[in-house]
This record gives sequence, structure tokens and C-alpha cells, in this order.
Amino acid sequence: MHRVAITGIGIVSCLGNDIESVGEALRRGESGVVSDPEREKIGFRSPLTGAIRDFDPRNILSKKQSKTMPDFAVQAFAAASDAIRMSRLSTEEVQNDGTGLVFGCDSSCLAAVEQVDLLRQRGETKLIGSGQVFRSMTSCITMNLNTLLHTRGACWTISSACASGGHAVGQAADLIAFGRQERVICGGAQEINWESMCSFDALGAFSVRLQDPKCASRPFDAHRDGLVPGGGAAALVLERLDKAKERGARVLGEIRGYAFSSDGNHISIPSEGGLQRAMRKAISLSGLHPRDIDYICAHATSTPAGDAAEARNISAVFGAGTPWVSSLKSMTGHELWMSGASQVVYSTIMAMEGFIAPNINFSEPDADSAKLKIAVEPIPHPPEHVLCNSAGFGGTNSCLVLSFGQ
Amino acid sequence: MTNLEIIGRIDRSIAEEFEIDMEEMKPEKTLFQDLGLDSLDIVDLVIVLETAFGFKIREEEGIRKIRTLGDIHSFVIQKKDELESIPR
Repeated sequence: MHRVAITGIGIVSCLGNDIESVGEALRRGESGVVSDPEREKIGFRSPLTGAIRDFDPRNILSKKQSKTMPDFAVQAFAAASDAIRMSRLSTEEVQNDGTGLVFGCDSSCLAAVEQVDLLRQRGETKLIGSGQVFRSMTSCITMNLNTLLHTRGACWTISSACASGGHAVGQAADLIAFGRQERVICGGAQEINWESMCSFDALGAFSVRLQDPKCASRPFDAHRDGLVPGGGAAALVLERLDKAKERGARVLGEIRGYAFSSDGNHISIPSEGGLQRAMRKAISLSGLHPRDIDYICAHATSTPAGDAAEARNISAVFGAGTPWVSSLKSMTGHELWMSGASQVVYSTIMAMEGFIAPNINFSEPDADSAKLKIAVEPIPHPPEHVLCNSAGFGGTNSCLVLSFGQ
Repeated sequence: MTNLEIIGRIDRSIAEEFEIDMEEMKPEKTLFQDLGLDSLDIVDLVIVLETAFGFKIREEEGIRKIRTLGDIHSFVIQKKDELESIPR
């Protein structure tokens, strides 16, 4: 088994479009949540959403290049390009069989809607154009990145609801650990548009704290009333640690352990034991003990049932003395397919910049979250061993253990 | 519309759709090698021409023979002539 290094990260999120501005927002505890007037008009129960600012796909790729890409795939390309730049791998060094792509994504809804609208409007399939078939597939990220970056190894997308990004990073690490790839550009991306969110809004799962959007996402808080959807793209360059050191790369951290589990239970209500099993396995595979973990980057999305289940699962693994816990979804909203990967990027930023980001909007614990050591303010030291939790519909769970400063 | 106006409209429409410099738009240029189009772009080229001139392009012989920008000029001019000669 090979050790797996993180050598580059990139992100486009509602907190910013580069590592510096996202780092600053995380440290300050800034929220990227807004109220979208279009959603109000069109019949949403909640118009709240994370919002990407100052990102124009036309500044990133030509019209021809982006014809087959929805916005979130262009954001994934921008994040991946930043990650590769940070890793100092040359263009040629990723154009080989040893370099792969694994991303997490579970929809490309807008493109699917657009192609049907075009057919209805124009009356002939040939007038839909050539790009929509590629744009509408969930694998649109990896198929396009493969074409643009000319990697020649693994090339696929993992769909596992809100754990997609976590499983993508985990599987990328496994491919390297087992010697099947030398490096993998991995991550997750999530579309932000009302079309992809209307049926989720229908479940009544979104926060309706409309008077103050920035306080709406409040994971673990006793007064939470639902999640706020967000999105964007997060990317990492993972490499075999020995190879990274050999080429003199800056090692930002390690993917120390990855484990998965599934609940085998309810479609949308998390079980009492599922996430716990993945947490225990990931920590065990990392060769660490729960007491070694000093920060849990929680999945908590601000839903009453989900946060309570995660809090109970964390308590079951860590007992009375939990490490620092924060859910960054308090700032970003729930980045859904992207979130498992963005948590790894955010944690790496914290390690690089020497702090643990707070769980904002936490005013009062409930019976379950009272047992967690929640970071309500930024903690002025870097995390050393981090556990990143993510969980998705159908009861799929991903846990990653990251180590920094080794 | 004169033939020159037709050619101008074709060149501008294609240059805009595929982000090609207008200086590149010479009749002898091949679509694939010189102008960098591929088979997917041809799907969109048909939409560009239909939108620019308001006629329908079927899977006809003339379209299959197109290799250069000049071939497109000839195809569209002929198509316009045919349509205009049909009594209304």
C-alpha cells in the first residue's frame, strides 16, 4: 500500500473562487448564502441558496471548449487547473496512463431541461445542437476534463448523492494506495440553479429563515430549521507520497484513511449506526485512534434529523470528549454532491493557514449537540488529524481521515 | 440578397459561432483542417445556417460534399436560388 499525498487544491464556492479568499472567509466565519428573487417568484418554499460570484465561464474556456460543459463542469475545470498549478505538475506530467480523474456528481439537471425545451421549441432533434448530450450526463465533469487535460488513466464520475465528493476523493486515494494510479485529480461539483433544486425544495427540507439568509444555515443549533442548498466545484491533486517527494513537491497533507458504509435503511433519514461504522473503519485504517483526531469536519447540513443523527454517531465513536467539531455548511450552505470533496479542500486550507474554521450561527445546543465540542469561533491553531464526514440519500456514508504537518 | 451579401452573412455567422477570426474566413479554407471544426461542430453549423437564412437543410447530397468554406457559400447560394425560383 502506498501513502497518498495532497499536493494541490482548488475551489470555486460561494466563499470565493481562489484559496486566499476562501481561506479568509473561513477564518472570518463569513456566509455565502443569499436569497434568490427568481426562486421566490417561481414558487419555491425557500429562495435561500449559496451564490457563486464573479465567475464567468467565458473567461476560462472558449465557446467550443465549453459547448459540452454546464457551468459546474467549467468550475470543476477551473478548480482542477488551480490544483494542478499549486502541485507544480507540468501539463505533460499529467498526460499519461498513471494520471486519472475521479469526481463526484449526481445531476446535470439544467442541461436535461434545456434539451427538452429546445426540442419542444424547435420541433426537430437536430436543432438541439451538439453540446447538450454531453452536458446532460452526470459524468460531464470527468469526460470534459479528460479531453481538456489529456490525462489517460481513470476517468469516471461517482454518483452517491451528498456523499459523492467524499467517495470520489476516497476512491482516488484508494487507486493510488493500491498502485493503480500514480496521481489522481479528484473532487466534486454541484450545479447551482433553481431547476435542479425545485424537487428538493418540495420536500420542505430547506430553511425558511428568510429574514436573515446568512443566519439560515445553522448546523447543530437547537433552532435549525433546514438546509440551504449551495454548490460550485472543489478539486484536489492526490499523488503517491514517495513520487511527490521524489519530484520535490510541496506535500500539503495526506489522505490517511478512507472508509464507507451504508445504512440499509431509510431513503432520507440517516440511521443511528451507519455513519459511525464508516468513521470507526476510516480511523482504524488510518492507523490512528479516535483520541488522535483533533478536528471533525462534520457533514451536518442544518436539518433537524440529520444533524441529530450525526451528533449521536460522533458521540458513540468519541465518547464524552469529542475533538473540535464544525460544519462549514453553516457558511457555504449544503454543497451536496461537492460537499465531501470541498470539506477536504477547506480542511487543507485551514491546515495551511493555521486555524480551525468555526461553525457559525450556533447559538444554543440541543440534547445531542450539547455532547459535541463545537467550534463557535475560529480556533487559532491548525488541525493535525481531521475526520471528514459525508452522508447521502439512501444512507451512503463516506469518511476520510486527513493528516497534516507530518 | 446578393451573393456577396450571402457570403458575408455566412462568414460572420460561422466566425461568431465558432470564435474564428474573420481574417481566416477565406473560401479555400477547409472546415476541418484549416478552420478547426469537427464532426460535432457540423451539427451546430447546420443550425447556424438555418437560423441565418431561414431555410431547412435536410440530409441532402449537397451538404455531404462540403469540404471548404467556399463549398458552403456555393451550397447556400444554390439553396437560396432554388427557393426563390419556386412560385409562391
